[in-house]
Amino acid sequence: MTATTVGRTTGTAGRVSFVNLLQSEWTKIRTVRSTVWSLVLLLALFLGLTAILVSLTVATWDDTDAETQALIVDDPAAVILGSGFLVAQLAVCVLGVMVIASEYSTGMIRASLLAVPRRVPMLAAKATVLFVLCLGVSLVSAFGSFFIGAPILEEKAPVALGDPGVLRVVIGTALYLAVLSVLALAVGALVRHTAAGITGIIGFVLVLAPLVQLIPGKFGEYAHAYLPTEAGILIGQTQQGSDDLLSPWQGFGVMCLWTVALLAVAGYLLKRRDA
Amino acid sequence: MIEAKNLTKRYGDKIAVQDLSFTVKPGVVTGFLGANGAGKSTTMRLLLGLDRADEGASSIDGRRYQDLERPLSTVGALLEARAVHTGRSAYSHLLCLAQTQGIGKKRVEEVLSTVGLQDVAKKRAGGFSLGMGQRLGLAAALLGDPAVLILDEPVNGLDPEGILWIRNLMKQLAAEGRTVFVSSHLMNEMAVTAEHLIVIGRGRLMADCSTQEFIDRARKDAVLVQSPDADALAQAIARAGGVVTPNGTQELIVADLDAARIGEIAAQEGLVLHGVTTQRGSLEEAFMELTRESVEYSADTGKGTNSKVTGGSK
Repeated sequence: MTATTVGRTTGTAGRVSFVNLLQSEWTKIRTVRSTVWSLVLLLALFLGLTAILVSLTVATWDDTDAETQALIVDDPAAVILGSGFLVAQLAVCVLGVMVIASEYSTGMIRASLLAVPRRVPMLAAKATVLFVLCLGVSLVSAFGSFFIGAPILEEKAPVALGDPGVLRVVIGTALYLAVLSVLALAVGALVRHTAAGITGIIGFVLVLAPLVQLIPGKFGEYAHAYLPTEAGILIGQTQQGSDDLLSPWQGFGVMCLWTVALLAVAGYLLKRRDA
Repeated sequence: MIEAKNLTKRYGDKIAVQDLSFTVKPGVVTGFLGANGAGKSTTMRLLLGLDRADEGASSIDGRRYQDLERPLSTVGALLEARAVHTGRSAYSHLLCLAQTQGIGKKRVEEVLSTVGLQDVAKKRAGGFSLGMGQRLGLAAALLGDPAVLILDEPVNGLDPEGILWIRNLMKQLAAEGRTVFVSSHLMNEMAVTAEHLIVIGRGRLMADCSTQEFIDRARKDAVLVQSPDADALAQAIARAGGVVTPNGTQELIVADLDAARIGEIAAQEGLVLHGVTTQRGSLEEAFMELTRESVEYSADTGKGTNSKVTGGSK
């Protein structure tokens, strides 16, 4: 046995550090096309829809009833950002699910888990990298959306970044998208299947959450208010609705709690299940 | 050094691996032989911490895989199923794995040229042939320069040149003092690669011995006897304990007696011999012979959950 070659790399350094895992996950996320696609889609949809929908609002202003006009004048920032991001958030959902589910569909997860057999740190590093990347692109999108939409809406409902609550709305919208991506990651890690994961998270955001609103009585009201996306979106409005149960930051906090809880379950199952 | 102790793994009510214990020593290529579905891949997944054992435990250099500080620098693994994101280039795939252990880019380039993929390093792995995929898997296994290698059917999909290359690579790695544990369902492949064999059938240990010993033990040599007095000779051979199968009017096929003994019997009885030829049984036959027991058992009882049956021949 040649002791020089055997085992010379074992035990020479300490345990794998979290920074190593972050580097690895960064390499993973930037080297697949789906990441680029979904983030370009996010930016394009967000900015494009802002321009189109805000222009439409202005063009049809005279046909709009006074009540709606008042709502727009009341919270122009929410109108601008809301016009783009409602659809753009789907890109974030897709990315979040893909980041983990594609590892299962291709078998990459086995290589990942061989490298990080304790598993949970891998998921944590994945969530961190995804969050930071999505936050970055979402901030660009949100500020871009605001600076595209505000001049268009200027003559009907003027708004400036310095107005009360407006900066919070812009940054808050980006934060919402970044947290949503991690929520989607958790869903993807739970179902371990790309199509099922995407259907699940988008179905939840677009279909289930609005449906809960239809449940009559106090229960429906509370259930709806505390759903992750419905609570989280409060941060994208400068004005409290008169019947909102949560403040903007409380709502965002509820969404974060949901995300952390789902991620924790995903981590537990990742550790327990056969890969 | 790989150690498995009483490993048992069930998937639902199907037992994939049952009470499997063995040790794989460094310095030689150890073959892990079994028919398809015998539990080889499952065993390897248990060793690598991908699946949880229902009972028993395994260790690599004395530690559970999950407890290794730098797993890729301790154990290199090639799994049977592909473990590569199809959209990522070979280089990026290896890089993201290397980074988890703080292994540098230089080493990534090194292993790429070791397996001969340097020219397609920037191509997406999804477009790779089966053979190229195997090479990429091997590159990942070698990334951390590990002292233990666990390779699941590494010659799958390789062309003859690739097969020769991997055989030599495994022998070289073992000669360097590493532990090389390689699975195959092909006896002939193992016969030329492995010095030691661990054979399983239906998830149970059937043999744990040197390759030569396994072949000698399991191979049934037959002797073809040609004689004008075939009938009389057959009776004499049968009395001496040989198993005789008539093959035409003047030919016998004899098992359980060697050619020399048959010649002595003929001389004692004063019978004429025209020819005595030893027919070597093939390795594949030897393997089939050894695993037949477990296969028959499964055919008899259907589910294979009866724990009283001892399928091992050891």
